Amino acid sequence: MQSADWRATARLLRRTGFGTTGSAVDVANRVGVAAHVPAILGSDPTADVGARRTPVPTFDAITPLGRSASKSEKQQRNQQIRSQLSSLTTWWIRRMVAVEEPFGEKLTFVWHNHFATAATKVRRPGWLAAQNETLRRAGRGDFRTLALAMLTDPAMLFWLDGQKNSAIAPNENLSREFMELFALGHGDGYTEQDVREGARALTGWRFRPNGTAYLSTRAHDDGTKTLLGVTGNLDTTGFCDAVLSRPASPHFVASRMWSQLVSANPPSAATLDRLVTAYGDQRDLRSLLTAMLTSADFVAAYGTIVIGPVEWLIGAIRALRIPIVDDAAARKVVAVLRTLGQIPFYPPNVGGWPSGAAWLSTAAADARIQAAAALASQADLDAIRGSTAAKVDAVAHLLGVASWSARSTAVLAETAVDPRRLVAIALNTPEYLTN
Amino acid sequence: MDTVTRRRFLIASGVTGGVALATGSGLVTWHELSQRAVSDPQPVGSKILVIVTLYGGNDGINTLVPYADPAYHDARPELAYAEGEVLHLDESVGLNPAMKGMAGLWREERLAVVRGVGYPKPDHSHFRSMDIWQTASPDVPVNTGWIGRWLDATGDDPVRAVNIGAVLPPLAVGANSAAAALPLGRDTPLPADLETALRGLGTPDPSDSPAEALVTASYRAERTAAATFATVLDPKAVQPDHDQLAPAGSAGGQQSLKAQLDIVARCIKVGVPTSVYAVSLGGFDTHADEKGTQQAQLGVLDSALTGFLQDMAADPRGQGVAALVYSEFGRRVTANASQGTDHGTAGPVFVAGRPVKGGFYGAPPSLSDLDNGDLKVSTDFRDVYAELLHRLLDTDPAPVLGNSRSELGFLA
Repeated sequence: MQSADWRATARLLRRTGFGTTGSAVDVANRVGVAAHVPAILGSDPTADVGARRTPVPTFDAITPLGRSASKSEKQQRNQQIRSQLSSLTTWWIRRMVAVEEPFGEKLTFVWHNHFATAATKVRRPGWLAAQNETLRRAGRGDFRTLALAMLTDPAMLFWLDGQKNSAIAPNENLSREFMELFALGHGDGYTEQDVREGARALTGWRFRPNGTAYLSTRAHDDGTKTLLGVTGNLDTTGFCDAVLSRPASPHFVASRMWSQLVSANPPSAATLDRLVTAYGDQRDLRSLLTAMLTSADFVAAYGTIVIGPVEWLIGAIRALRIPIVDDAAARKVVAVLRTLGQIPFYPPNVGGWPSGAAWLSTAAADARIQAAAALASQADLDAIRGSTAAKVDAVAHLLGVASWSARSTAVLAETAVDPRRLVAIALNTPEYLTN
Repeated sequence: MDTVTRRRFLIASGVTGGVALATGSGLVTWHELSQRAVSDPQPVGSKILVIVTLYGGNDGINTLVPYADPAYHDARPELAYAEGEVLHLDESVGLNPAMKGMAGLWREERLAVVRGVGYPKPDHSHFRSMDIWQTASPDVPVNTGWIGRWLDATGDDPVRAVNIGAVLPPLAVGANSAAAALPLGRDTPLPADLETALRGLGTPDPSDSPAEALVTASYRAERTAAATFATVLDPKAVQPDHDQLAPAGSAGGQQSLKAQLDIVARCIKVGVPTSVYAVSLGGFDTHADEKGTQQAQLGVLDSALTGFLQDMAADPRGQGVAALVYSEFGRRVTANASQGTDHGTAGPVFVAGRPVKGGFYGAPPSLSDLDNGDLKVSTDFRDVYAELLHRLLDTDPAPVLGNSRSELGFLA
């Protein structure tokens, strides 16, 4: 049984990463949470040794085929796209496994879920890679910069039909989803008229063949719009500022981050006020994240989150130190994630992935335990030895679990004779699957 | 986060289904259902409702096409179907060319077409509007679905309603009860020691947190009859490829609609005591390049649904089966610049099957007298539900939908 401090640190490491290990918790616990949080928020995710070992691949531009393209040209093009998308997905898997400090990748994944954009429609791997880099770079700066980057991001524009939005016939998709899902929330009382006026402000974005976006003055509507009470010749920046200036926007951003990083239950009114104060006029995400991760409610939220498939599987691979060095190994990881229903770059819709009990179907239980057994068979488990009780303790430490319930202790003890089985089952305990 | 927003997240994230899971009325196995079919069979010819939810907002105007109205061709010149393309139902409207099977049901007078269906003060959010249709509460957000409240009002056996797929939609969750969920897919038998371990991990522990309790509940629902299941589920069934086209606002069944309805047909034919089944199809959020996409999805709906209903018509236990088809909203009358349509309001609802009196119900919405570019709603969807509850499920609709609903007469 570990101390309450140790348990709290373990939760922090698991929420800010993909799983953890007892050794990592020991180290962070000596440093103390107060020092650990600024350290991970201050670290440069691209300077990480593991990130340098897994550079983002460069992709040849996908240029549109002309109408006269033959069937075999189209097949070849589709093959090229599928191959690039596979490289993109496996690259991120390898990156998540390789990094020394996982917070940069975890936060990027959190923003990916927030600004959910899917390769099912955006068949431009290079654009998706660029969006991913933007999320990594801007995800702890100020929210306005991040939001504006997304409003002019080629993958996002393509995903929500922004490039088809013109003065002659506005397309409302991006305007609506930005307000509802990205920056304001459905309950804020914006009207259909606001959505339509917002769409007018966002008109005119087009792509160059190299994948950069530019504003076509011909397609842009430069008339007067009235959006959320703001009147003027609003453009994308004006749209963004009008939405972000609404009083509900800071609460929405803080609550969404909270739901992913801290707790499935909403923050108390007092906590939310503190978070919004930290976010402040500068819309400072680093300050918001610091307030969140050091909040007394962070510790109290223990046991509210069911971890998702990516967090679970990458966490298991990291804890067991299983090398995922080549694409073939990463493709096996993707196959498990496909069965469990969560593949990076493939969120089911613009609302992102489901959460909570959605991950706990019986089909998932089967897939999870079989994947865990396969992983355990590849791991070096020398650390798990001694008496049955010692082995059960050792697997807790290996996975950064503070303590087992009586129920789980009994089940684990039954299987402790075989360390591989012991680890496979430990990865499927309620203690490991929740946080 | 206020309650409205919170609620939206819960629904969008499938957490409402989890509530039901935690209360222990979650997943059932085929084995359990087929045993119930033996011990407690549904009487032959019982009335059964199959709910087909189309996610994404199906464009009703290109589903039930007002081909004779010049305003239709003016509003969407590139998207409009020519008179000769549509499957005429009368001298003014016809079905999308992909809906050949449903046109056949129309000729057999087994297809009710309810026009202009929606609710007051339409909401253009996918998530909120689907929530409204599934909770049947347009005015205030509530956390029970209409079938969930029907379950609450009529007993305590969870298999009275079954959702195909492991995540329950909001319509299936009540205050005290929820539909059972029948997962799809192939069973991969687990080694005995792992199976035993999972059973052990399903034991509740006094120290369990709320999330840990969800995990143990899911393990208690672990299927134990892999062999039985395997003989019922298609052994050739494969995981859908994740790398396939799906528009941004879509959700819906992970498995093909045909696979879902095949499971429903098997349940009905062996006499599983279930009165309501829920299945779904996504892919209807057609902001751009709509014509081909929607036609393909309507083709999927048409072949799966009419195949299922033919199967039912030929089986003594299928005589009382009626299917309801709806989406969270229709789309804007005027096409956008992307050969697509943006989120709209009213749309057609279809009810099909042996108990149905074919024909038109509800007033057709005007294409020229619009509400801010959107169709005006002529028929409240709760009137459709009320008739299904009353005439098909033989239940008083008031506890589920409130008083003052007026039925349309599409059921005999």
